[in-house]
Amino acid sequence: MNLLVLLAIVLLIIAGHQLLKVIELSRGLKKSKEWTVNDNDNDMMGKAMMLFMFLFFAFFFWQVNRWIDRSLPPAASVHGEKIDTLWDANMYLITFTFLLTNSFLFYFAYKYRGKKGRHVEYFPHDNRLEMLWTVVPAIVLAFVIIFGLKYWNEITEEATSQDKVTVELYAKQFDWTARYPGKDKKLGNTDYRQIGGSNSVGMDTLDAAGNDDIIVKNEFHIPVGKEIEFFMRSRDVLHSAYMPHFRAQMNCVPGMITSFKFTPTKTTAQMRKDPYVIKMMAGINKQRAKENKEPVEFDYLLLCNKICGQSHYNMQMNLIVDTQADYDAWMAKQKAFKTVASK
Amino acid sequence: MASVTHTELEKDHLAHHSHVHDHDEHEESFVSKYIFSMDHKMISRQFLITAVVMAVVAMTMSIIFRLQLAWPGEKFAFINAMLGDKWGKDGILDPNMYLALVTIHGTIMVFFVLTGGLSGTFSNLLIPYQIGARDMASGFLNMLSYWFFFISSVIMLASCFIDDGPASAGWTIYPPLSAVPEAMPGSKLGMTMWLISMTLFVVSSLLGSLNYIVTIINLRTKGMSMTRMPLTIWAFLITAILGVLSFPVLVSCVVLLIMDRSFGTSFYLSDIYIGGRPLDNVGGSPILFEHLFWFLGHPEVYIVLLPALGLTSEIISTNSRKPIFGYRAMIGSMLAIGFLSFIVWGHHMFMTGMNPFLGSVFVFTTLLIAIPSAVKAFNYITTLWKGNIQYTPAMLFSIGLVSSFITGGVTGIILADSTLDINVHDTYFVVAHFHIVMGLSAIFGMFAGVYHWFPKLFLRMMNKKLGYLHFWLTFVTAYGVFFPMHFLGLAGVPRRYYTNSNFPMFDNLVDINVIVTVCAIVGALAQGVFLFNFFYSMFRGEKAPQNPWNSNTLEWTTPMANIHGNWPGELPTVQRWAYDYSKPGAEKDFIPQTVALQEGEHDGGGH
Repeated sequence: MNLLVLLAIVLLIIAGHQLLKVIELSRGLKKSKEWTVNDNDNDMMGKAMMLFMFLFFAFFFWQVNRWIDRSLPPAASVHGEKIDTLWDANMYLITFTFLLTNSFLFYFAYKYRGKKGRHVEYFPHDNRLEMLWTVVPAIVLAFVIIFGLKYWNEITEEATSQDKVTVELYAKQFDWTARYPGKDKKLGNTDYRQIGGSNSVGMDTLDAAGNDDIIVKNEFHIPVGKEIEFFMRSRDVLHSAYMPHFRAQMNCVPGMITSFKFTPTKTTAQMRKDPYVIKMMAGINKQRAKENKEPVEFDYLLLCNKICGQSHYNMQMNLIVDTQADYDAWMAKQKAFKTVASK
Repeated sequence: MASVTHTELEKDHLAHHSHVHDHDEHEESFVSKYIFSMDHKMISRQFLITAVVMAVVAMTMSIIFRLQLAWPGEKFAFINAMLGDKWGKDGILDPNMYLALVTIHGTIMVFFVLTGGLSGTFSNLLIPYQIGARDMASGFLNMLSYWFFFISSVIMLASCFIDDGPASAGWTIYPPLSAVPEAMPGSKLGMTMWLISMTLFVVSSLLGSLNYIVTIINLRTKGMSMTRMPLTIWAFLITAILGVLSFPVLVSCVVLLIMDRSFGTSFYLSDIYIGGRPLDNVGGSPILFEHLFWFLGHPEVYIVLLPALGLTSEIISTNSRKPIFGYRAMIGSMLAIGFLSFIVWGHHMFMTGMNPFLGSVFVFTTLLIAIPSAVKAFNYITTLWKGNIQYTPAMLFSIGLVSSFITGGVTGIILADSTLDINVHDTYFVVAHFHIVMGLSAIFGMFAGVYHWFPKLFLRMMNKKLGYLHFWLTFVTAYGVFFPMHFLGLAGVPRRYYTNSNFPMFDNLVDINVIVTVCAIVGALAQGVFLFNFFYSMFRGEKAPQNPWNSNTLEWTTPMANIHGNWPGELPTVQRWAYDYSKPGAEKDFIPQTVALQEGEHDGGGH
């Protein structure tokens, strides 16, 4: 609140200053030639362009320096690590382009600021230059495309490993449910008309394959090092299953089953010991202390990332990556759909 | 009665002498001059002023939701004052209203300000002026175009005042959220009004675009070959073609949605259980909607951007006192961008469950667009090289456009890459990208256009110093608003979250959101400087001279008066391309298009 008052005051000062300036200037408005640009203006604006460039770049590096550590932690999945590598390569490329081209722009804007009698080069076209900036981007982009598509094909292939774990993520306004196929390794069929009562995900009760399915809410577990095959369904509107720590995302579409797969590489416990994550959580807990909230530990999250209505912002589920032993122990405690439904 | 007869007589009289005093100003009634005008200049002003009003509304909306995002749960008298007790109880923004504001902000900015406002204003003003035509091919259709736009704007604004609130499914209105009234309050009457408004908007856009195309093709004055046209006109032409080819698809998209909402069809709906009951709809697919929507939606980005690029090409050349570099390459790159814009829509849909192979195709086509875009950026920069830059406010905004076009453009390379898109899809990284590359560039282009052509719009000059103040405040705060958003995206913050402090994951990002909001507020206040300058200069600005910027194009050869037919007497004959600035051997640093070529002189346009 203090911050707010302070901010309001600062804004008022700025607003007042502007208003004053406006009034001041408006007195001068009727004086003639308030629109012609003279060399003095050109000089000032040209220099301002250069100054802006320095401030802009300084702002850029300040942000990177201050905020880059708040980016998502290094990927916790096999394909995610590849995405991170590709991301970094592309990021360096575009940062370089961004700095270089903006430098040219603002430097020329400064260097060639108008001056009476300045020699102007009549230079309407040059095919070699045009060729240069057609061919160079084309070659660079060819690499971007080739690497991007190579990974994309790998990531979107069907899950093939023998001991894959299948999980269905079921979205509805405004929560998630996870379903495991149980002992028979087959998810039972579903029918949205049978939703109701204890059948919250619309299990087709005529399909025996669904009897041993395991349905969990609030949080779900997956084992580390195994290929996890996700299927996504939605009960009502579009949602998107977004698991940012694994670089995984797929929309949940009513009337359709979508899929995504990844292999987690770090358990939740391992992540909590990761130096990057420890530093990041310290930042989070520092802010929480300021707001008198209790400190928290790192958790993987499944978020909704497609606008889905009023509580879109609050539609998430904890995801716990276990060692195989812990996962098996957790799974053993879960009850099959049949036993829950028949109660 | 007597006065009516008098006017009629006068008209009659004028009609008789029209072949003699062809372009005498004849008296018009208030209605035919200011309201149902068929004159391109007046229609242009109507579009501009409507767009300014809409922009103020959309900008105010953004301030309301930015307050919520920086200080979630804080009480703001401003929010209560704007939204009342229903949606801003105790000064806290209602979550549904948050989504509504985000939706209407996006809709107004994309369609009403940057499509209707930008194309409507400058295509109307400049097409007849710069090609040497008396008016648009059809003044009547042109008038209809504005009035459809006006009605559509009124319906959109009116939807903000109904009981359930306006449409709130995001500006992309994906069904089923937008199709099923139980899904959110905004999908009730508000959504119906949104759909009606947009349909009328498309009617307006089509009437306008067809008119622009026909006018450019048929009404060019003698000597104005296609390769002598200023780049503004090329930009408007390509924009209009994009509009004609893509907007009808939006109508079909919207009509199917109306059918699903009101007539029980299932184009987009299947297997839905909502509001405690299963719906009957089976067999439809929301992904069909996404395909149809983005078939318009992506060309729409260029419908917004190309006119801005066209305007700045002209402004940068004029104020660098140098020909635009690579005139033909500029046309070629605009044509390439226009063509490619039709085959890239799937890059909005990498994460929708669309076949991944189809995704790969769209990666390829999308990244191709970077090539003509790079050509344009480098050509702008080379135009500045060894120029003699005159810093009018319009020139400042044009340089601002080139900067934002680059800064926002490079992140497009990340987002177009489906592999990299997985993790930043629908996050603030995307919000940062499109606001900078499309929002800022287009609005900077629009500001540049207003400052540069204000003398042709209102026959007066805008104040330079206020323009400078406006530019610097806007430029600095615009980057201050949108640059930090990249870092929110890197942290994985999804867009359209009412707050991201509801669970701990994003608690360390509070200060970033505060910086964004403070910059947004200062930036919004800075627009007050523009509004003051705009309206003050409209009435009390200094009278404009004939050719204030020493420019070559035809609009500066017409008298500084609003006369029907634009040129008294004969239409001008074009003798050369539009970019003979600082040509060696010439007396002045500009040679208007109407000046004949010297003996042995080559016309710069063809080579």
